[in-house]
Amino acid sequence: MQNLKWKAVLIVATVLICTFGIVGLPKSIDELKANWNNNIRLGLDLKGGSLLVLQVQVQDAFKSEANTQIERLKEEMGKQGIAYASMDHSEPKTLADADKIEIDVKGVPAEKTQAFRNIINDMMASWILTPLNSTDYKMTLKPTEALALKTDTVARSMTTIESRINGLGLAESSVQQRGGAGSEAEILVSLPGLDDPGRVKAILQTAAMLELYEVKDGPFNRQEDALAKNGGVLPLNTKLLRSVPRAGDQGSEGWYIVTRTPVITGRDLRDSKPAQDEFGKWETSFVLSQDAKGRFGRFTESNVGNRLAIVLDGQVRSAPTIQSRIEDQGRITGASSHQDASDLALVLRAGSLPAGIVYLQEQTVGPSLGADSIRQGLTAGLIGLIVVIVIMLVYYRASGINATVALILNAIILIGVLAYLKAVLTLPGIAGIILLIGMAVDSNVLIFERIREEMRAGKAALAAIDTGFSKAFLTIIDTHVATVVSCAFLFMFGTPAVRGFAVTLVIGLVANVFTSVFVSRALFQFEMAGKGVNPRLSIGI
Amino acid sequence: MELFKNTNIDFLGKKWTFIGASLVLTAVGLASWIGKGGLKYGIDFTGGANIVVKFASKPPVEKIRSAVSAKIPGELSVQEVSAENEVIIGTPIKGDVALQSETQTIIQTLASTFGDSSGKLDLNNANGQTLTDHLRGPLQQASVAVSEQQLRDLAKSILDFKNSPPRSGLLASFDQLSSVNGVTPQVLNVIKQQCHLSPFSIRSAEVVGPKIGAELRNKAILATLYALGGMLVYLAFRFELAYGLAAVIAVFHDVIITLGLFSLFNKEISLNVVAALLTLVGYSMNDTIVVFDRIRETLKLSRRELSPKIVNDSINQTLSRTVLTSGLTFISALALLLFGGPVLNGFAFALVAGIIVGTYSSIFVASPILVFWHDYIQRRKQAPAAAAAK
Repeated sequence: MQNLKWKAVLIVATVLICTFGIVGLPKSIDELKANWNNNIRLGLDLKGGSLLVLQVQVQDAFKSEANTQIERLKEEMGKQGIAYASMDHSEPKTLADADKIEIDVKGVPAEKTQAFRNIINDMMASWILTPLNSTDYKMTLKPTEALALKTDTVARSMTTIESRINGLGLAESSVQQRGGAGSEAEILVSLPGLDDPGRVKAILQTAAMLELYEVKDGPFNRQEDALAKNGGVLPLNTKLLRSVPRAGDQGSEGWYIVTRTPVITGRDLRDSKPAQDEFGKWETSFVLSQDAKGRFGRFTESNVGNRLAIVLDGQVRSAPTIQSRIEDQGRITGASSHQDASDLALVLRAGSLPAGIVYLQEQTVGPSLGADSIRQGLTAGLIGLIVVIVIMLVYYRASGINATVALILNAIILIGVLAYLKAVLTLPGIAGIILLIGMAVDSNVLIFERIREEMRAGKAALAAIDTGFSKAFLTIIDTHVATVVSCAFLFMFGTPAVRGFAVTLVIGLVANVFTSVFVSRALFQFEMAGKGVNPRLSIGI
Repeated sequence: MELFKNTNIDFLGKKWTFIGASLVLTAVGLASWIGKGGLKYGIDFTGGANIVVKFASKPPVEKIRSAVSAKIPGELSVQEVSAENEVIIGTPIKGDVALQSETQTIIQTLASTFGDSSGKLDLNNANGQTLTDHLRGPLQQASVAVSEQQLRDLAKSILDFKNSPPRSGLLASFDQLSSVNGVTPQVLNVIKQQCHLSPFSIRSAEVVGPKIGAELRNKAILATLYALGGMLVYLAFRFELAYGLAAVIAVFHDVIITLGLFSLFNKEISLNVVAALLTLVGYSMNDTIVVFDRIRETLKLSRRELSPKIVNDSINQTLSRTVLTSGLTFISALALLLFGGPVLNGFAFALVAGIIVGTYSSIFVASPILVFWHDYIQRRKQAPAAAAAK
């Protein structure tokens, strides 16, 4: 009897702990509902939301790295008076070709070979120089450097995307690197409850590279005009940038000649937020960091009367005239709405992407579909469960109650553990639950059929229960372990959906061994305990 | 109540009938499979774009097709799900960027074809943020005092109401909103002025690029094969290799037949269906283990060699349990097929078919194979002995 008491304590404690995990300690029905909604996390397919797989176009970072090197090299060769005919980099089209990027330098005079080599050794230690003939060279990135650049690009993209997602303020969202061979540059973004995937996709895809340049000349109506004014070539250390017309304005595109290197870049920003100008038009204001403040102040002071180009993602957004010394404030005008301005502020705060991104997969479940799926899944589950319980009660009589209690306990433990683990319930997870109902029923049926067999063979109820449980136990362990083994593989190699299935099933299986073997047996012992020396057992024979 | 009392059916005696039936079923399934040029895979595996759109009444399939194909070159499928007033608009696989822009185009085309051109917000396809933005100013003008938080809550309750069944995303008229918490006649007036109700609502959108499609396919196949391998090893360890092999062959048989049925009934194989196939693998294996376990126990008790009689007895002894468990699990799966809705349909179909085939295979496939295997080993042992005796 002592033994039985401890069993009862253990069972009741388990139930209480799991129930607490599911609904907490509610003081009202509303609180109970709220707790339930908080603790049971639904997957995207049930709740609605979006799942995005995006690929970082690492080759972009390689191209811009090559570009930077070419700029530096040109400058240095100019300083040292080394002539060259041309200097270009190859254009890797895909991710796989990224590290095959080449810089080609042609027409370096043969007598300057040593000087040229010295520059490369000093400045471009991460590149391998291969002479093609006496005047032409090819440079490739060292494999270790290429790998480092790739890893760094992905890591930076991920940080940026993460902070953009965080800026959206969506609960339960996650950003992670996607596992699997050849998917180092892929990022999985999961956004449960999101209802406007179009906007978020645009936010994530924006490069958000902010640069402030000194305007040397412009605007010109056409690119050709800008070149014609300067005799067909751009002045030294300048470049040509296009401007886009502002939202709502009638203006057409224009071209500006600006300095080659920006005065301020997005990295110098401290904060950014949406604001309205004196006419109520939306714009995005920004504040510079402490470090950039002095630099910008000196620059604006010495350039009063000149123009400053505010460039976002390579396009001139506006080119105001500098009126006086500016310390740390700036604004980007031309937003079409509040949303537009605050989205830009968000991406500026989060920082720029080092490379472009492409969406490989998008799965968006509308909230109405999610709501329908839950309702239909629950209806089907409940109908199934009720029919199963009724048949068990009819077939096994009073013993059917034990099976029903075990089944319900199993469900409570499963949901409780899911809540404690903060695991997500998905559609395949519901599939796992249905298999589980099957297996839970099976364990009970196995045990009961064994007990019946023993009773038919003439054993007394108590002995029959003992033998029935111990014989069925081995079978139950075998079926459960075999399924757990397969779940382990599903978890290791499966897609996220399949993993959800595996996790739910494993938790349920463990719970099932507990309820069908331990709890059910305790219930039998409990029933038999008060019935004298040779009790009868109602099990349908 | 008892289903079977001391049955003594000679299952193994009729094995050829059943093995024949299995072979015929497999052959029919495979013939359909090959005849149709392979299985019909869902978008998760083939790649492409799928947009599910719910309409207020029977969807105008031809109108959708002509409107969308005017904007998008190449193949386009517009498939009607008649019971749900839904259409699935699909484009085949192409480059990642093209797929993304086509999805965008399809949604815009739907809005311009079926929406209202007044520039009002389409409430049936609105999200919380835009609804909040659209109501903020007009509510102020109509002098309805709401704080920003109240405004957000209002937008959320309106959308939650619209999305919950039985409306399932589609409002037929604005007056339905009057039961929503916070929607006073004044608010309702503002909504009526600012919004319109288009006759459709986007239920889901899925875009799978070429790389992901191939990867998901490989992953699903690999996961299943590894899971089967894992069970084989466990059974070989707990029983004997022969038991493991027989069980795995039986399960393999179930998967092939179920896939054949999918081909026969023209059903799509999606990731969810793969989850169902895995469920049936688990279920069928469970069933087989129960029979094998009984065989092992009887062998231990009787200290005899494995024989068709022992196998037969074991099947008979576990028959009640087999029929009862299968019947009950079958009922759960059937409930899912009947009441689970379109998203779960393929999944439930696989389960219903799989449970029948899985139960059958434990008795009529796994057990005979076990006996065959045993006999084969015995003969190989005896053959050299007989040769030596000569």
